[in-house]
This record gives sequence, C-alpha cells and structure tokens, in this order.
Amino acid sequence: MASAVLPHARAHRRWLRRQAIVLVGAAIAVVLLAPLLLLALDANSAGWPELSQVLFRQRSLMLLTNTVVLAVLVLLFATVIGVGAAWATERCALPARRAWTVLLVLPVAMPDFVVGWAWHSIAPLMNPLLGATLVMTLGTYPLVYLPVAAALRRADPAMEDTSRSLGKGAIATFARVSLPLISRAVVGGGVLVVLTVISEYGAFEVLRYQTFTTEIFNEFGFEPSAAGALSVPLVLFGLLALAVEGVTVSRGGRPRSAPPRRPALARWRPGTGPIVAGLLALAGLGVGVPVGTLCYWIAQSRETTLPAAATLGQATWATVTYSAWGALLAVAAALPVALMTLRRRSRVRAIIERSTFVTQAVPGVVIALSLVFFTTRYAFGLYQTSISLVIAYAIMHFPLALVCVNASVAQAPAQLADVGVSLGRHPALVFLRVTLPLLAPGLLAGFCLVFLTAITELTATLILAPIGVQTLATQFWAFQSEVANGAAAPYALVIVAIAVLPGALLGLWFDREARQPIASSA
Amino acid sequence: MVTRLSNFRGAALAARWRIALVGGAGVLLAAAAVSGCSSSSAAATNASSDLSGQTITLYNAQHEQTTDAMIAAFTQDTGIKVRTVDDDEDVLTAQIEQEGSRSPADVFYTENTNWLQQLADRGMLAKIDANTLADVPAADSAADGDWAGVSARVSVIVYNPAKISAAQLPTSILDMANPKYKGEFEIAPSETDFWPLIASVDKAKGNAATLAWLKGLKANASDDNVPDNETLTSDVSQGVTDFAVINHYYYYRLQASVAGGTGSAKLAYFAPQDPGYVEAISGAAVLKSSKHQAAAQEFVNFLTSEAGQEVLESGVSFEYPLKPGVAANPKLPPLSSYHPNSFSPADLGTGEIAKELLQEAGLI
Repeated sequence: MASAVLPHARAHRRWLRRQAIVLVGAAIAVVLLAPLLLLALDANSAGWPELSQVLFRQRSLMLLTNTVVLAVLVLLFATVIGVGAAWATERCALPARRAWTVLLVLPVAMPDFVVGWAWHSIAPLMNPLLGATLVMTLGTYPLVYLPVAAALRRADPAMEDTSRSLGKGAIATFARVSLPLISRAVVGGGVLVVLTVISEYGAFEVLRYQTFTTEIFNEFGFEPSAAGALSVPLVLFGLLALAVEGVTVSRGGRPRSAPPRRPALARWRPGTGPIVAGLLALAGLGVGVPVGTLCYWIAQSRETTLPAAATLGQATWATVTYSAWGALLAVAAALPVALMTLRRRSRVRAIIERSTFVTQAVPGVVIALSLVFFTTRYAFGLYQTSISLVIAYAIMHFPLALVCVNASVAQAPAQLADVGVSLGRHPALVFLRVTLPLLAPGLLAGFCLVFLTAITELTATLILAPIGVQTLATQFWAFQSEVANGAAAPYALVIVAIAVLPGALLGLWFDREARQPIASSA
Repeated sequence: MVTRLSNFRGAALAARWRIALVGGAGVLLAAAAVSGCSSSSAAATNASSDLSGQTITLYNAQHEQTTDAMIAAFTQDTGIKVRTVDDDEDVLTAQIEQEGSRSPADVFYTENTNWLQQLADRGMLAKIDANTLADVPAADSAADGDWAGVSARVSVIVYNPAKISAAQLPTSILDMANPKYKGEFEIAPSETDFWPLIASVDKAKGNAATLAWLKGLKANASDDNVPDNETLTSDVSQGVTDFAVINHYYYYRLQASVAGGTGSAKLAYFAPQDPGYVEAISGAAVLKSSKHQAAAQEFVNFLTSEAGQEVLESGVSFEYPLKPGVAANPKLPPLSSYHPNSFSPADLGTGEIAKELLQEAGLI
C-alpha cells in the first residue's frame, strides 16, 4: 500500500472504477424507465383531441370506479388474510410450520387467469366483482404474507411477551406492539397487491369484470392510439400507489431487529384446530380448487380433444426458454444496481436505485405496447422476435430480481471483498471468488421469482409472442376463449407443475433469509 | 373469434421459426429448400410450380381449424408453405397498420370484410387476380377487387327452450331493446361479428334510432360484456341466459366439438329481411407490401377455388362456401333456406359507424 508511484493516476483510476458502476446503473435505470417515455411519445402522437375523447366519457368513469373499488376490496381482504396467516405461522407454534409456509406461498405459482377461469367454470353466474375480488385476494395475499411473516420473524417476541405479562390481552398486544413492528411490511405488501390488481387482464376478461387494463387490451385491437391514451391514467394510478409506499417508508423508522430466536416448539392448543382449519381452507381455495378444476376438465374430455403431446412439449419449451432468458436478463441487470449501493451510498446512487422500482407501477400491457411502439418505429429488426418478449419480461420483473439480490447484498459484508483485494488478488477475481458466491442465494431467488412470474404471465406474452410461437399461457388462453376447456386444461396444468418448484423454493428462501441476522443496516 | 390458436401445424412452423432465430436465416432457407418438394397436382397452375418451396406469411383471423385445413390442402397442391399469425381481426388489422410497408404479412384472412376494407381505404392492399374474383359472386367481393369473399355466415338466435319458448323470442333484433326482454339475453359488444348487425340496423333505421337501440340493449342485457360468440353460445346452452344473437356456425361448432355441448339449446331466426337477419362475408386479401405477390395471389385463389371451397364442405368450420356448385356441410340447412336482408359487404364498408355507435353507447 505504500507505493508512491503515480498516486495521482491510481486515484484517478480508482475513481473511474468506482463511477463506472454508477454509469452502468444509470444506463439500466434509463432502459427500465424507457416505457414511460415511449408511452408519453405514443400519447403525444395520438394528440390531445384523441386523448380527451377517449378519457373524458362516461365509460372512463365506470372503468375508474371498477378499478378503484376492486383494488380497495382486494387490498383489504389480502391484507387481513396475509397478516392473519403470517401471525398464524410465526406466533402460534403450529405443527409443521415450514410446510404451512410453503403451502401459503404456493398460490403465487397459480396464474390468476387460470384461477379466474376455474372459478368461472364452476360458477358461471358469479357476480363479476365478487369473482374478481375472490380470485385476486387468493392470488395476492402471499404478497402481504411474505414480508409480514419476515418482519414478525425479525421482531423480538419478547416485546409481545412483556405486553402480555403486563396484563394486556392478545388483541391489544397485537394492535399496540406487533402492528407498529410490521406496518412497513404491510404497506409494502399492500402496494404490491394494488399494483398487481391494476395490471391484471386475463382473470378479469374471463370473469367479465372491466378495468382500465382489460379496456386497454381490447382497445389495442380497434384503436391503438386509444390504448395509449387509456394507459396514462393507469400508470398514474400505479405511480400514486408507489408514492404512498415512498412516503410511509421515509417516515417510519426501521424496526429494531432482535437476536434471532428459535421458533417456539409446536404444541397443540385449543386454538390450533381452527387456525389449521383456516389455513387449510385458504390453501384449498387458492391451490386445490384451480388444480381440481383442471384435472376435472382433462378427465371430462374425450381423448381426441386433448392436445397432442408434441404441441404441449413445444409450448412448454417456448415458455421455459423465454422465461429463463427473461429471468437471467433481469438478474444480470439487477446485480450492478445492487452492487452500486453495496459499498457506497450517495444521493445519486440512491435515486438511481429507487427509480428502477418505478417499473413496478407500469402494468405489463403498457410495457408490451411501448415495446411494440419502439420496435415498429425504431428497431423493426426486433419486432415480433423472441428478443423483445425477453426484454419485456426483464423490464417488468426487474424489481422482483432487485429485491432478492439486494437482500443478499445486505448480508454480504463488503469488508470480505476488501480482505481479498488486500491479499493481493485482482478485484475481478475477488468478485468472482468472494462477492458472487455470497450473493448466489439472492441471485438464485431472484431468478426463481422472475422465472415463476414470467411463466404465469399472459398479457405481455399475448402481445409480444413471436410469429407462430405459442407459449403455454397463450395456448391455454386461445383454447379457453373457444370454450374448449378440455383442450385448454393440460396447458395450465403444465404451467402450474413448472411453477410449483420455484414457488416452494421461494417460500423456503424467504423463511431462511428472515431468520438470519441482518449484517448491515442497508 | 380466434385468439392465437394454432395446432400441430402451427407449432411445427413455430419450431422452424425458432430454429431460424437461433441458427440464423441460413437454417430457415436450408429447411425450406430441403422440404420444398413440389407436387404436380392438377389444380396447381403453371405459376405455382415455380413458387413451390416459397413460404408466405398469413395473418389469420379466421377460425384456425378452417384455416389449417385450407393450408394443408394448399401446400399439398402447390408446394407453397404457409406460416400463420393467429389473432382477432381487429388486433391483426391494427398490427398491419402499425407495421406499415414492412409488415411480414403476405395474406390477411378475416371473419368480416370491414377490416379488409379499412386496409383497402389506406391503400395497403393489392388487387386480387381477376380469375379469383370470378370464382365467387361479385357482390361478395370488393367492387374494385381489393379483397375476395371466401365464405358466408348468417346471424341467428340461439335460445334455451328450458328458459324461453320459441314463441316468446323477438321477431326483430330491434325488439331486444324492448323492456320486456330485460335480463333475458347477453351481448358480446367487442365480438367483431356483432359489428355487421349494428351497421345493418343503422342502414335500415338511421344513426339516432340505432344508438337508442344499442342503449336499450345495454340496459336489457343480463351481461353486456361477454367476450365472444363462443361464450354466448355456451352460456345459452348452460342456461346462464335465455337467448343471444350469434352467427349460425358457432352453434354447429360447439355441437361438433363437445358432445352435448349445446345442451337443449336451439336455433331460431328473425323475421325475413329483418335488420338483424344478416348474411356476413368472410374474406381474404393480399398485402401490397408482400414480397411474395404471386404466391400470395395463389393462396387467395385457392381459397375460392373448388378445392378450397370443398374444405368448407367437409371440414368443421360450418361456414357456407361462396363458389356456386360447392355444397355446404351436410349438417347445415342450405344457404337458400335463410331469408336475410339485402345488407351487403359494400354496405358494411369499413364498419366505422358500428364502432362509433358502440363507443357512443358506452359498450366498448
């Protein structure tokens, strides 16, 4: 370290190296935010008369009301169920706790359009709002459950024990002690719930519930410029939800984490029976009903109406390939952004990192349409190719990848890399040998999460799938829209079969991750 | 409505397309060259033997079973291969407009003619060969030869006798706005097959009356947001609703594809020449931007030829062939037994009025 040769040049080189990652991060952020810019260009090219004609009419008010009412209802139910389930698995000393954790996360592996279709085929007369609320609640409560369960695990139960020992009842203790500890997790999960609800297309189309997203999808057919116009309020709505989270996060302090305790030993109490029954019912509705319906339709159909194994195989291959590439790209892009904030924090770095989360607020249909707009105008070579679909997957699901990679980065002490460098290893080698292995669980979790979400994705896939290619989701969708349920069911069953494994892995990963002490207060 | 349907054939093409993506265009060319053996069928013209081995891209909005049967016969006859993009006609029209002169589409095959006319008005279609147009009645194709009619469909009422008797059904489509039918039927406004009916009512009664009628439908329908005619047919069959207006073939197709699929549901007809009693034409066109003009013309020619039209007779599409002398599927009543009004594809035009009225009524 005492070398005096050209200290100036070395410092300069180090500065460059340090800033390079900021540049890479900024470039990634720009790509991620490009759909918003393209949307603005698209809306601008449509012109104000077109915009106002589409936006300011009775129907828009109906769509807005429908979207808001549904979002509020689902938010309410998903929060109650998610928090309740987290309480049950974290504080009630249930037998087979880990199995419950996985079972409760599994609905994430069920595509909402398949669940919607299943419920609709069981009860075609169900009220659309009721159906949409039911399906979306079952599909989104894990988004609340996961962060809340993690927060409860980190929070020191001693505080609750103290409150109880001071004579406060269970409810008072929950409201006064536990709730403040998990409020940030609840808000974070709730925002994800709202964003998921406003982006959904397939389930609502089947259940005949109209929202901005279903309208955009239909308008795309006969009036593409109107689709751009309708996207504007949808995106604003998403940004609003994201802003709510931003405000609460900046206000609330981080709950103090306690030294991890071993979970209490399972024991049967009078309350255990009803709780287990409730969780079983939840898993039954969310996973059992759709899977049962799929099996029923396959059993019902004559052999000739079922798809040939070859088509099923090809659709599976297409789905797995696109989803895997999308997940890989998303994780690869998330890595530099996460590393950017690993060693150094600055306002610029923080802004770049936060801005990448904005894509969460942009529904898949908008990202897909913006890519169509971009490729047809500026990059026709990419139009209708698998590349644009993979890019769409990566952009849409980038925040999921980043959350996972960030979690690992927070646990990888930067000092370890410093030690490696001080021992004379080249920084690149240190990165490969030290930093990357430390981040591996987060990278893998990010890959699983994006892969899972991409496999169950329908909206963007319908718009961007290359000429002549059918994925499992689009083929299922095509058959179900011809009311060929028997032919459609095998495709959905394959989706579920593929998604279950990463879904279960994720449940276990979150379980493990939250049990480990946080190394830095990132 | 077709939504991205394909079957074994489409998937086989898909596989080839993927290979091309991975291995570059060379692989595609090689695959085309190897597998492109020509067959000298009697139906193949001189031109087609030179075209053998070419691959054209078909944007297909027709039901894929119909199209795939056509393609299989066409490829066997001419050696020209066809890859398809399947989607709804409104989506594909928007797509072609967005792609402009770079569109990969060579041929566009739709369920209704207004989408073809929309592209024709924008100067995006090539003229159809005269001998193709000569195959079908002149009134069923574009007057200036921009697109050719291929098959016909007739609007009918499908009803569930357990819920409503034939005598109680409306005799005119206009009666459906009458409060006495409140809650007894469903409509599918985003189903493009609904548009010719609206345009027909508009031609007969004028804008204001049609708008009032649509608002009446909206008020009366037990569900005014059904996605398509397939769902209308299956809803009536399951007793979800009493009746609905569809094109005839949805009923026969459901019957053929699912045993007992239509339950006890039956078909009924509006009074002869009623504005809601419409014969709608399905057609095809060649894109001006196509780089395979001769092969594309050959395909449309095949659709209207005896061999192509006979696919309609033997297959499960249940649409009526337009070429004189070719019989319809034996399960269907003869086309001459219907009494539709005189509404023609020329009256339908681009269907713009239907879209505007639907938007004004708040149905789309």
